[in-house]
Amino acid sequence: MADGFNFELVSPEQLLVSTEVSQVVVPGADGYFTVLANHAPTMSTLQPGVAEVTETGGSTEKYVVFGGFVDVTPETCTLLAESAVRVADIDRGDLDQRIQDAREDVSDAKDDETRTKAQAYLDQLTTLQGAVLPA
Amino acid sequence: MPSLKDLRNRISSVKATQKITKAMQMVAAAKLRRAQEAAEAARPYSQRMGAVLANLAASVDGDDAPRLMAGTGKDDTHLLVCCTAERGLCGGFNSSIAKKVREDARRLQGEGKDIKILCVGKKGFDILKRDFASLIIDRIDLREVKHLAFSDADAIGKKVIALFEEGAFDVCTLYYSEFKSVISQIPTGQQLIPAADETTSADEDNGSIYEYEPDAGAILDDLVPRNISVQIFRALLENAASEQGARMSAMDNATRNAGEMIDKLTLSYNRQRQAQITKELIEIISGAEAL
Repeated sequence: MADGFNFELVSPEQLLVSTEVSQVVVPGADGYFTVLANHAPTMSTLQPGVAEVTETGGSTEKYVVFGGFVDVTPETCTLLAESAVRVADIDRGDLDQRIQDAREDVSDAKDDETRTKAQAYLDQLTTLQGAVLPA
Repeated sequence: MPSLKDLRNRISSVKATQKITKAMQMVAAAKLRRAQEAAEAARPYSQRMGAVLANLAASVDGDDAPRLMAGTGKDDTHLLVCCTAERGLCGGFNSSIAKKVREDARRLQGEGKDIKILCVGKKGFDILKRDFASLIIDRIDLREVKHLAFSDADAIGKKVIALFEEGAFDVCTLYYSEFKSVISQIPTGQQLIPAADETTSADEDNGSIYEYEPDAGAILDDLVPRNISVQIFRALLENAASEQGARMSAMDNATRNAGEMIDKLTLSYNRQRQAQITKELIEIISGAEAL
């Protein structure tokens, strides 16, 4: 049994989760990574994706997070998400709206740099949509 | 001297007003509780954000810092973001924020700086357009917003950042009312861009060496704009709580005043009624005596 550590999931509106967990999978900017207890201090930005939280009891809970960053120390893991919802509660309309907005951003982009960024974001969103929503 | 009927009408109209103010007070009290809860729920995020930013800022050299943090190196043009309420009848809430903005704007103008004003909320715009109509570059309406969400603040933040990137201003200050208690709200100015100095004094933090992914500079680039939105969000939440607090105490005062007025009017109404009865009695008696 792995050691437990504190995990907090915070969105600007409220503190969503604050609990003792054994493992968290985080959608980092350079790919998903798993945080266990005594992880080296790390800070990473997030891409839209699914964070999987395993509590010390063994139950897992999945959350969809949209952007933000994560702050990992050996004792704690704090996930600051711009917005976060439980996978079970995700609103299809909301996700569609975000993808729509991202599409508009791509077509509105004035220079290559912003277009590349917007396109990357759109791709992440569509991947996410495929991952969490049954077709 | 008003007639009995006039007095009766006035009493009933004051009573109706009192009912309204009392209802508004109760509504404000309920909304205040919700606004306070929202403000408290948002606190962990902004605190964490502040701590993380401080940590990052300490590890990034001054030259590498993003422009949003370092500023343009000038302070010729100031953008004042004035956050007020959408509605009135909340005591001195709106006017005290507008007054602070006006004072600072005058002071900066006196120093020869350029001023631009961005109004969030209708009331601040209404007050400030009297003096600074030509300087108001935009106004943001939150009237449709029932429940303040982070995306609302984010939209304002993005607008401010876009203006900054265009080079429209050098320094940005956010004005809002800080919620101390129901009877005390303090109009506050907070510097947004360049980020205030608090971020540079991070040394007392645990100072652990972080691994950054992708790298510190990239994270900072991502974080600093987000921090601006978070600050605006916090300011708007504080403002919402302050507004309801101010309205609650203003309406409490109004209710009490109406009560006093009703007492006074009732007294003079009764006196006059008594005088009229006496007068009629005298007329009857003297009439009977004359027979």
